[in-house]
Amino acid sequence: MPQVIGVPKETAADEKRVATVPEVVEKLIKLGFKVAVQSGAGDTANFSDDTYRAAGAEIIDTAEKLWAASDIVFKVRGPGAEEIGLMREGSTLVSFIWPGQNPELLKQLAAKKATVLAMDSVPRISRAQKLDALSSMANIAGYRAVIEAAHHFGRFFTGQITAAGKVPPAKVFVIGAGVAGLAAIGTASGLGAIVRANDTRPEVGDQVKSMGGEFVTVDYEEEGTGVGGYAKVMSEGFLKAQAEVFAKQAKEVDIIITTALIPGKPAPKLITAEMVKSMKPGSVIVDLAAEQGGNCELTVPHEVTVKHGVTIIGYSDLPSRLSKQSSTLFATNLLRLAEELCKTKDGVINVNMDDEVIRGTTVVQEGNITWPPPAPKLSAAPPAAAKPAAAPPAAKGHGHGGAGAPMSVKATAMFLLGGALIFWFIGAYAPPAFLAHFTVFILACFVGYMVIWNVTPALHTPLMSVTNAISSIIAIGALVQVAPPVSEMAGRPVGWIVGLAVLSIALVAINMFGGFAVTRRMLEMFRKK
Amino acid sequence: MSSTLVTVSYIGATILFILSLGGLSHPETSRRGNTYGIIGMIIAVLATVAGPNVTASGYPWIIGAMLVGATVGLYAARIVKMTQMPELVALMHSLVGLAAVLVGFANYIDPAAAGAFKGAEKTIHEIEIYIGVLIGAVTFSGSVIAFGKLSAKISGKPMLLPGRHWLNLAGLLIVIWFGAQFINTHSVSEGMLPLIVMTVIALAFGVHMVMAIGGADMPVVVSMLNSYSGWAAAATGFMLSNDLLIVTGALVGSSGAILSYIMCRAMNRHFIAVIAGGFGTEGSAQAVGGAQAAGEVSPILAAETAELLREAKNVIIVPGYGMAVAQAQHTVYEITQHLREKGVNVRFGIHPVAGRMPGHMNVLLAEAKVPYDIVFEMDELNEDFPDTDVAMVIGANDIVNPAAQDDPTSPIAGMPVLEVWKARTSIVMKRSMASGYAGVDNPLFYKENNRMLFGDAKKMLEEVLVALMA
Repeated sequence: MPQVIGVPKETAADEKRVATVPEVVEKLIKLGFKVAVQSGAGDTANFSDDTYRAAGAEIIDTAEKLWAASDIVFKVRGPGAEEIGLMREGSTLVSFIWPGQNPELLKQLAAKKATVLAMDSVPRISRAQKLDALSSMANIAGYRAVIEAAHHFGRFFTGQITAAGKVPPAKVFVIGAGVAGLAAIGTASGLGAIVRANDTRPEVGDQVKSMGGEFVTVDYEEEGTGVGGYAKVMSEGFLKAQAEVFAKQAKEVDIIITTALIPGKPAPKLITAEMVKSMKPGSVIVDLAAEQGGNCELTVPHEVTVKHGVTIIGYSDLPSRLSKQSSTLFATNLLRLAEELCKTKDGVINVNMDDEVIRGTTVVQEGNITWPPPAPKLSAAPPAAAKPAAAPPAAKGHGHGGAGAPMSVKATAMFLLGGALIFWFIGAYAPPAFLAHFTVFILACFVGYMVIWNVTPALHTPLMSVTNAISSIIAIGALVQVAPPVSEMAGRPVGWIVGLAVLSIALVAINMFGGFAVTRRMLEMFRKK
Repeated sequence: MSSTLVTVSYIGATILFILSLGGLSHPETSRRGNTYGIIGMIIAVLATVAGPNVTASGYPWIIGAMLVGATVGLYAARIVKMTQMPELVALMHSLVGLAAVLVGFANYIDPAAAGAFKGAEKTIHEIEIYIGVLIGAVTFSGSVIAFGKLSAKISGKPMLLPGRHWLNLAGLLIVIWFGAQFINTHSVSEGMLPLIVMTVIALAFGVHMVMAIGGADMPVVVSMLNSYSGWAAAATGFMLSNDLLIVTGALVGSSGAILSYIMCRAMNRHFIAVIAGGFGTEGSAQAVGGAQAAGEVSPILAAETAELLREAKNVIIVPGYGMAVAQAQHTVYEITQHLREKGVNVRFGIHPVAGRMPGHMNVLLAEAKVPYDIVFEMDELNEDFPDTDVAMVIGANDIVNPAAQDDPTSPIAGMPVLEVWKARTSIVMKRSMASGYAGVDNPLFYKENNRMLFGDAKKMLEEVLVALMA
């Protein structure tokens, strides 16, 4: 019996997103589910009932009927009190929950014997990236933040020289280079602004550069990477150094976009009233942390205010302002979660608490609160690990260019001792003539060793073919046997010797000429465009 | 020409050989490197012929033999296809090995060569002959078998005799025992028997050794045989007290040894394990045991592949032995050219052991005129796969197997692989779902972002090209 996924219309004011889109409906049906959508759910995101119907969803006209019909409910925002009332006992809910901020909500849901998966609690591990809705939303928020800033900013972003005079490019300073920050950097530099960014985690510097920004460092030694790739609370000394940097930037730049958040903590106050005052009139601050209290002291959550001539934007619904895009991405994240939950593709979910991703996401299971989850396995990794991507430890010693990893001290000692013994043996017994040759031999081995390490792997085949050709030098051995300057000796089997030597010369000549010729042919082909 | 002049010529030749190998460090200097090698060889041969050790009566013989060899060699070099390079190189190694054996025998039966030595020097001289012939014989028979395997005249599957390690050990002991006999003999006719017995055992050992090695390990074997041919030359040099032979042999020998080492490291395997052979058998046993990857594969059509490629910004092509077999390199390059004109960033990722000899793929791509600056080594672009839209795998299997990283029980665990599965979409071109030479199932095929394009690589790529042009 396939389960029904219900998608109600969002009830929160100003929420324009919807938890599924027609394209995803088709894929959910392929997984075996039935999909029911409340009439008008997609209107604000420009998805009409008809398009859902065409994709195979059933349209249900009221919220009551929809909640009653659904085994699983997909939502964007956490349910309101009224919606919890409508919820069927024992059903499953997937939405943003923010369990840390909403313990009350969690209890109410638990009382309904519900199973709840919080899209904000997806563990930050590589495998779970495809269902990381926070990143999807942050990406949109970062983009929209720049668009809002551009809207309130009285000048071009890009510098221009026109007949009517020169326009300097806008300078944008982005605080916090997470997903939202990087999206903002990319968007702003795409519009032509000069973008600078700062983050407490030094390893994001390269990412900032890759998006077209300039990384501004705080001159103070402290590693700012916390668990799971998020930032952590910094020391007082660092904060002081950081404030100096920000104060300096505030005087120079036209637009500040702040995205600094620390999980489970109020947003750090990074932009003081002083700094706002020091900014040029007409400047804009977009505070993406407004909902968590704001990174700027003067931010009014959900509102746009003008203080000291600076426009401060505190919208907390930026993703919703791009409702079609955010709905599509969120719906896809939910689809990926559905795939994880329903690996058998039979339309029945299995909340497998042994799966790290599902375990982390599930905050209530059949009436039991399971939040917070045990620390993800990744946090056991040394904190210095640069990226949360789980790099396999298998990558040992590959690559070409060095003489390999150094041997252990013991192995080296054994090796040297063995070598010394062999050399002593040879020195004690071998005649001087042999030793001269031996010296040459050993030195030649080392020359070969040194020379070959420089050969580029692309030329390994020509290398083999040329060394092969060079090994035809053995011809010399045969040459000196053909007609040595010796007087006829009794019993010297001249016929045999000459026969063998001539045969050798012929064989080696094949190698000599063929080897060099084929190497030449190969090398002719290696060319640059 | 006096003997001092000959010596000086030899030094010159030695320097040229070293420069020749050094020149191969970059494609731009490589042609000069080859020329150095040719000049060095000419100097060495002319100096020897003109030197005091060759009298005029030998000239006709030498010129005749050289002409015959040169004709055959140049002809072979002209007609060989680039996909057949591994076979040709293996065959040529066998010639050097055979020559070493013949020179060794000729030297042994020549009383003029042995007469000058007494006591310890005589013993050492005989040991040198013995070792020279031994290495030469192993090189010869091993290379012949390698040639057979590479040209598919002999099955590429490892042939494993029961107790093969004991067989080898017994062979070694017999060889040592006969070696002792050989040194203690007083006349040439007495010593002939141990020498011949040893040669036969060495030949058998060479056959056995290469027969036991699976197809995927062939790059190691080819470079190892290359190394042996060098050591054979060096041993001959000791035998004849000729420093040029010793130096050149040592150069070639150590270069081959390092190449083998590089290949082994690229497969994360020990040299001894490769030589001891038997790769693939343990693998298939394991696959039956438990680490069987399961799931559905998503096939794709040539037209859809073209669609994906057209919409991509970054494409990485990973060629393998399958491309060589299908001779698809030219079609690959036509596709590449077409995409690059459209502004798609197409690059090639080469695994160190892709193909059947070191650098095999590079040669094939070079033959198709792919500029070498878009051909990269595994380490150079492995990190770029997450930013790649399409990773196209052409006839490769084990070198893109994620089990090497994920599954510690896999026979190829720990082998560095190209991480194509991190690309947005990977397309694997394969004739069927058969496993690779290592006999390991490949979980890549079952990944959800992977598509399988079944069919002959060349035919499929031509279809893709037609669809792209349309």
